[in-house]
Amino acid sequence: MTAHDTMPSRRSARGDDDTRTGRRRPRQTVGGALVSLVAELLIIAGAGTGLYVLWTAWWTDVVAVNEQTALVQDLEQTPVPTAAGTEHRDAAPVLPEPPDVTSVFGTMQIPRFGADYVRPIGEGTDREKVLNTIGLGHYQDTAMPGAEGNFAVAGHRVTYGKPLNQIADLKDGDSVVVRVTDKAKGFDVWYVYKVTDSQIVTPDKIETIAPVPNQPGVAPSAEDRWLTLTACHPMWSAKERYVTHAKLDYWMPASEGTPKELSETPQ
Amino acid sequence: MIFPFVWRVLPGPVVLKVLELLVLLAAVVWVLFTFVFPWIAADILPPPDGTVDVSPTP
Repeated sequence: MTAHDTMPSRRSARGDDDTRTGRRRPRQTVGGALVSLVAELLIIAGAGTGLYVLWTAWWTDVVAVNEQTALVQDLEQTPVPTAAGTEHRDAAPVLPEPPDVTSVFGTMQIPRFGADYVRPIGEGTDREKVLNTIGLGHYQDTAMPGAEGNFAVAGHRVTYGKPLNQIADLKDGDSVVVRVTDKAKGFDVWYVYKVTDSQIVTPDKIETIAPVPNQPGVAPSAEDRWLTLTACHPMWSAKERYVTHAKLDYWMPASEGTPKELSETPQ
Repeated sequence: MIFPFVWRVLPGPVVLKVLELLVLLAAVVWVLFTFVFPWIAADILPPPDGTVDVSPTP
């Protein structure tokens, strides 16, 4: 018992020294202080880097998807009869290109990306103003949907809502459905494009968005009503671009119905 | 150095200190997510934007 009595009392005395008079412990040397400072700064830097990755890979998506959902609602694309309407294959009505960068003039639906995939399309490909917020950006001075030429659209493949995340899953023959809406003008038209080919190119290959894809300088004929999607490749890299071309199959006024492609599940 | 200093500066008993620490961390994360990271992404490390261009952005 006596031994037990002395042992704990000695221990508790030492414990008191450690906590209450912590500053009286053997004085930290300058070198030791420096080492612990560097160690702490490294821990902070590591945590900061981890948070930055989290922000890029997750938070930008949260913010952008919210924004893009709101933009689709702002277009007030009135629900239309679910029955499939007539498929028009003559010259399509075309909305003039909006003069302002960031104008949202329509939506894109790609059944291959999921039945609920609807994203707004904005004018221009400015990174901050369009691609990071609206998502899909229409290359200025390329054709508008339905027109002769090439309706070219860029989008992020990762981060900021990643509208073209699954671009590499598109197969030839898949449909890309664009709906252009201008309430003020009473304009509301579907354009259904079918994927023809995909290619991986270096970022300087602007001929991929030429009026006739990959044939720069050639004037488009009535047959040349193209759509082009461009996204980065490989994912998380800016080294190359994944480019997918599609050709207009038909158009349909939204008042007449809904393209049957939207209710079909791609094989 | 830094961590013990922060712990010493926070007032109140241990439970309160832990709560204060959580609030402080949340504030730091908020500042980073709202101001610092967007600035880094825009001006220092722009992520790939997927456009084809004659003078591609880095």
